Amino acid sequence: MRPRVAFFSFGSCEGCQLQVLSVEDVLPDLLAAVEIVNFREAIDDRRDDYDIAFVEGSVIRPEDVAELQKIRAHAKILVAIGACACLGGVNAMRNRRAVTELARDVYEGRQDGVFAALPDASPLSAVVQVNYEIRGCPIDRFEFLEAVRSLLAGTVPYTPPYAVCVECTLRGTPCLLERGVPCLGSVARAGCNAPCPAYGAPCEACRGCHDVPNFEALGEAFFRHGMTRTLAAEKLQLFNNYREVREAWEKAVPSSSAT
Amino acid sequence: MGEGRAVVVRHVTRIEGHGNIVVDLEGDRIKRCDLEIVEAPRFFEVLLKDRPYDEAPRISCRICGICSVGHATASVLAVEAALGITPGPGLRRLRRLNMAGEWLQSHILHVCFLVAPDAFGVPSIVPMVGSHPDVVKRALRLKRLANDICCTVSGRHVMPISYHAGWMGHWPERGELRALEERLVAAEEDLDALVELFAGLAWPTVERRAEHLASLEEGGAYPMMGGPLHSTSGVVTAPENYRDALHEYLVDHSAAKHVRGAEGPIRVGALARYTLAHDRLHARAKDAAARLKLRPDSANPFDFVAAQVVESVQAHQEALEMVAALLADGAPEEAARPTRPHGGRGVGMVEVPRGTLVHDYTIGSDGRIRSANCVIPTSQNLASIEEDMRAFLPSLVRRPSPEIAHGLEMLVRAYDPCVSCSVH
Repeated sequence: MRPRVAFFSFGSCEGCQLQVLSVEDVLPDLLAAVEIVNFREAIDDRRDDYDIAFVEGSVIRPEDVAELQKIRAHAKILVAIGACACLGGVNAMRNRRAVTELARDVYEGRQDGVFAALPDASPLSAVVQVNYEIRGCPIDRFEFLEAVRSLLAGTVPYTPPYAVCVECTLRGTPCLLERGVPCLGSVARAGCNAPCPAYGAPCEACRGCHDVPNFEALGEAFFRHGMTRTLAAEKLQLFNNYREVREAWEKAVPSSSAT
Repeated sequence: MGEGRAVVVRHVTRIEGHGNIVVDLEGDRIKRCDLEIVEAPRFFEVLLKDRPYDEAPRISCRICGICSVGHATASVLAVEAALGITPGPGLRRLRRLNMAGEWLQSHILHVCFLVAPDAFGVPSIVPMVGSHPDVVKRALRLKRLANDICCTVSGRHVMPISYHAGWMGHWPERGELRALEERLVAAEEDLDALVELFAGLAWPTVERRAEHLASLEEGGAYPMMGGPLHSTSGVVTAPENYRDALHEYLVDHSAAKHVRGAEGPIRVGALARYTLAHDRLHARAKDAAARLKLRPDSANPFDFVAAQVVESVQAHQEALEMVAALLADGAPEEAARPTRPHGGRGVGMVEVPRGTLVHDYTIGSDGRIRSANCVIPTSQNLASIEEDMRAFLPSLVRRPSPEIAHGLEMLVRAYDPCVSCSVH
C-alpha cells in the first residue's frame, strides 16, 4: 500500500507547499508513489488516516496548539517544512515586541477572536515532537523529493551539517562578506546550494545554523570588514529569533535594542 | 417563516490559506452569509519596522508564496519612491519579465490546478492525471516555464533573491535569455490549447455590478508595473493617495482587513484589469478574449477565470517582448543612486496576479523603515466576494446543502483568493 501523506499549514505564506507543487517534472511519479489524503491548498479530500504529515508554518494563535497536537496524534511521522515550522522564521522577528504593540499597529488594538495571537510565534518543536525537518525559506523542491525518497526507503532525510560558505566556494561565488556585505554564510546551515550570494543578496541563515557555528568569530568578521558586531545579531534576528534558537547566538554577539 | 438551515464549509479547499464559508438560512431568507478569514496574523507591517531598507523586498516577499515576486516589486518601488531612485530601462525590463513569469505561474496554477477540477467534476487535479493527461501535462509544462522565467531573473520563483532599490543583484546571461526565448516560442501551442480548453468550459452566472479598479501604466501598456489607480466610476487616484480610493476597515469575522471603494465593495484583479484596459492587450490576448467570449462590461465574478486565461496569453507575450528587448540591449546597468538619501515616504503600487498591491513605507534618515502599510488585493475583494455570495444564493437556495456549499466554494475560488497574503 502507498504511504498516506498529508499537508498542513499554520502561520505561513504556504510557499513551501507551493514548492511541493513545483516538482512539475516528477509530480505524476510522486502521486504514484504516495497517496495524498489531505492537502487543502490543492485537493478536496481531507482524511485523518495519514502516515506522514508535512507541516508548514509557525504556531501563532492560541487555537494552533490543539490543532497541531491533533495532527501529531494522527501522524506516524511528522515532518516540519520550511523556516517558519523549523525555526519560527520571519514570524519570530516580532517576538521581542509585546502583542499589544502588534495589535495597536495593525488591528486598532484588537486582540479578540480572529485577531488573537500568542506572545511568541514559535516553531512546531515548541509544541510537539518533530521527527524530521526540511529547512529553508522556501524549502528546496529537490530536497523535498530527496526527503520523500528517504522516508519511503525508511532512512533518515539528510541535512548537511556544514556552512553555506562551503557551497559558495564550490559554485565559485565571490565572498560577499569580504566586500562588506553582512552575510551569515559562515554560521548558516548549507543544503540550499547557496543561491542568495550568487544572486546578489547576503545569506540570512533561513535554514538555521549548522552544527558548530562560531558566533563570536562572525561578529569579529563583520567588524574586520567595516561593519558593527551588533549588525551580526541584527541579521540573525531575521530567521533565528525564536527564543531557544536565539539563545545560541545571543550570548556570543552583542545585540542592539532594535528587533 | 421557513425552516432554519446552516451551510458551513470549514477551510475552503483549493485556495491559498484558511477561509470558512458560513451561511445561515431561514427558508429562502439569508440571515448570515460570511467568508470568515481565519488565518494567523503574522504582523508583517511590524516586522518591517526598524529594519534597513535593503532588507524590505526580502522580508516582504515572505508575505506570499504565490505572489512573492509581486511583493518584492511593490517593495523596491516603495523604497525607490521614498529615496528618489529612478530605475534604469534594463532594470525595468528585468522586473517586468519577472512579473510576467509570476502572472503566468499564478494564473496557470489557479485555472488549471485549482479551478479546472470543478468543470471536470473531480475533487482535484489528481484524477485528471489519468483521465486528461494532455491537459495536466500542458499545465505542468507552462507552470515549469513560468517558474523558470523567475528562476532566471531572480534565482528562485518563490522568494526572489536579487531585488534591490536601484539595482539587480544578478543579470541573466545571454544564453539563459536565448533558452527562455526558445521555450517561450514553443509554448505558444500550449497556450492556444489552454484557450481552446477554457472556451469549451461553462461556469455559473452571477450578475452584480461593482466598482472595478486597476492601476494603469502611463504609456499604454497593459497594467502590470503600476501607475495611477483608475476606477470604473471614472475617478483616477495617484498611487501615493491610495487611501482616497481604498478604505481599509476591520470586520469581526476576518483577520484580513476589508477594503471598500467610494461606492462600497470593489473588485480588483484580472477581471477588473480586463474591464479597464482590454484595449491595451496584445493582439493574441484580444483574440483569446474573443474566443472565450469575455465581455469588457462583465459583472460576473466567474469571469475572473476567463480573464486569467486571457492574461496568461498576455503575460506570455509580455515575457517574449521583454526577453527580446533584453537580448537587443541587455547590458548590466550601474546602480541608480538615491536623490533623497535622507528618506521620506514612498508608495509602491503594482498589479500582481490577484489585483492592485500597495506597499507604503516611511524611511528614516538612518535608512531604516519607520512605518509600513501593505494593502493586499484579496483584502480588497473580500467584501465583493460576500456580496456575490449573497447574489448567488437565491439561485442555489432550493438545492441540498452540499450543492449550496459547492456552488459557493466555486464562487470563492473564482476570485483566486490569497488568504494568508490578505492577513499578512
